[in-house]
Amino acid sequence: MSEVLVVVDHVDGAVKKPTYELLTIAARLGEPSAVFIGGADKAAEVAEAVKKYGAEKVYVVDDAQIKGYLVAPKAEALQQLVEKTSPAAVLIPSTVEGKEVAARLAIKIQSGLITDAVDVQEGPVTTQSVFAGNYTVTAKVTKGTPIITVKPNSAAPEEKAGAGAVEEFAATVSDAAKTAQIVASQPRQATGRPELTEAAIVVSGGRGTGGNFEPVENFADSLGAAVGASRAAVDSGWKPHTFQVGQTGKTVSPQLYVAAGISGAIQHRAGMQTSKTIVAVNKDEEAPLFELVDFGVVGDLHSVLPAATEEINKRKG
Amino acid sequence: MNIVVCVKYVPDATADRQFESDKTVDRVGVDGLLSELDEYAVEQALQIKEKAGDGVEVTALCVGPDKAVDAVRKALQMGADKGVHVVDDAIAGSDAVATSLVLAKAVEKIGPADLVMCGMASTDGAMSVVPAMLAERLGLPQVTQASVVETQGDQVRIKRDGDSATEVIGGTMPLVLSVTDQSGEARYPSFKGIMAAKKKPLETLSLSDLGVDASEVGLEAAWTAVEETTARPPRTAGEIVKDEDGSGAKALADFLASKKFI
Ligand SMILES: Cc1cc2nc3c(=O)[nH]c(=O)nc-3n(C[C@H](O)[C@H](O)[C@H](O)COP(=O)(O)OP(=O)(O)OC[C@H]3O[C@@H](n4cnc5c(N)ncnc54)[C@H](O)[C@@H]3O)c2cc1C
Ligand SMILES: Nc1ncnc2c1ncn2[C@@H]1O[C@H](COP(=O)(O)O)[C@@H](O)[C@H]1O
Repeated sequence: MSEVLVVVDHVDGAVKKPTYELLTIAARLGEPSAVFIGGADKAAEVAEAVKKYGAEKVYVVDDAQIKGYLVAPKAEALQQLVEKTSPAAVLIPSTVEGKEVAARLAIKIQSGLITDAVDVQEGPVTTQSVFAGNYTVTAKVTKGTPIITVKPNSAAPEEKAGAGAVEEFAATVSDAAKTAQIVASQPRQATGRPELTEAAIVVSGGRGTGGNFEPVENFADSLGAAVGASRAAVDSGWKPHTFQVGQTGKTVSPQLYVAAGISGAIQHRAGMQTSKTIVAVNKDEEAPLFELVDFGVVGDLHSVLPAATEEINKRKG
Repeated sequence: MNIVVCVKYVPDATADRQFESDKTVDRVGVDGLLSELDEYAVEQALQIKEKAGDGVEVTALCVGPDKAVDAVRKALQMGADKGVHVVDDAIAGSDAVATSLVLAKAVEKIGPADLVMCGMASTDGAMSVVPAMLAERLGLPQVTQASVVETQGDQVRIKRDGDSATEVIGGTMPLVLSVTDQSGEARYPSFKGIMAAKKKPLETLSLSDLGVDASEVGLEAAWTAVEETTARPPRTAGEIVKDEDGSGAKALADFLASKKFI
């Protein structure tokens, strides 16, 4: 069986959940091999984590030489790894960086690229959600080695023991690739809540919060949810841009999406329309978001959410 | 300094966007316009020009059907100095890989560019890959998804909200730069701008002008193939309750409990 390369999504060796989803998908297509580009001292830790989800091999590309440079060196390393392993496919997390690495890799290895897949089945045949979630498209790569970037929540991670054999891969990175450089980096403050794109439940607030996100946050916490925001709330400075859900923010596809004080403009819908269950709280019964909901409350979020939070906390006991 | 801004002509997002029978995006039946997200790139290009003063030329470049010239015109009205529209029947149905090839050849044809600027994503395809592909093809570094752009001489610094950190990224021209909708409101064309645009040079190029073979682009040459497109079934109308005397909160909790979210 051919190998399927899975690029590990991690922060300093701490493996993120989408990696396990990608490994689960990779097992449908061939033999999963994890590719860890990071500090070699974290290799054992990463191997331990990924082998639980079926990784047979773990290629370690030490990033000592390329840390701090943007995507180009990673694309070069992957190109060399693809040439060495002739994989059946390369799966990459659909993050900003992941998509750019994939883009460069596609040109380098003259292979087709599919981005933002929400499902991948044997073939590989991908499923994407396009036009603000109004269409579903299935597609295939027809040239070269399929390169697919996969969105979070595209598969339920399945535990499965793999050998997790660590193999150092010494990539040669050209000087030309080491040009755009990270000058300063401020890690995101931990919110203590689940990550927006990975969360099973997301509760977002919009202009209707009037800048007071407390009811939204308390309600989110009662459900163990991540907190999001509309662009209007972000533009008003109530929440940082990383909270934004929509066309120019994050696309989320959780089990439950709750929108409070959000009207439901097309650009917002583009980021949440594929959520399994949608709930809205809005005092205007004409708000377009109500067209999408499974359940809606016409009312003031400042009274509905706190009362609902209390009710939920009571039921949880 | 030469700045090339890549502007795409896209179907209006507020209209009913469709697929054609060959599963390509319908770019003719739906009204199109300059992609809103590319207006931000035009704006930043113009701001760089205004700051640097004379000696900066901004070229708006678009690859697209006949009507796509409207996107170039809009950029000229906003203040770009000249326009280049690449149009060729063979291009229809091109994927990002082929589009980036045509764009790269056009950038080379326009002349050495110090900055190739793009929007963060096209509002139709929304892949956000063309800038990276262009950078790869042109052999240039890329600094992408900028929410703040600063230039000094040939140095570029941007700020961006990365996946796990807020970063400052630096690079030296020439490079490919993409900007987000956080980078600053795009200007509206003034009456003067609209009049002036009529006199600005607008060049139309075909594939042969760029030395690109028709077999390298278009639907046939695409490295990916769409198998099926399905309109998302409309969501069935859900239950909507009016909150009276706090009844809304209880109904909401009941609903969430019935779906096992509590
Ligand atoms: C290029 C472009 C990209 C964009 N990208 C995004 C994006 O990524 N994400 C995004 O969200 N938007 C995006 N937008 C903006 C989008 O068009 C809308 O302007 C925005 O989503 C509106 O946010 P909102 O719903 O919070 O505000 P509004 O539209 O002002 O709606 C506020 C809602 O709150 C309700 N309300 C007010 N008070 C209360 C109360 N006390 N209780 C309950 N309800 C109340 C009102 O009835 C109203 O429905 C984009 C726009 C453009 C042009
Ligand atoms: N056909 C095109 N003509 C000009 N610029 C384009 C074209 N396609 C993409 N671009 C540029 O590439 C950016 C990203 O596009 P995409 O990768 O399709 O999301 C856009 O914001 C444009 O700046």
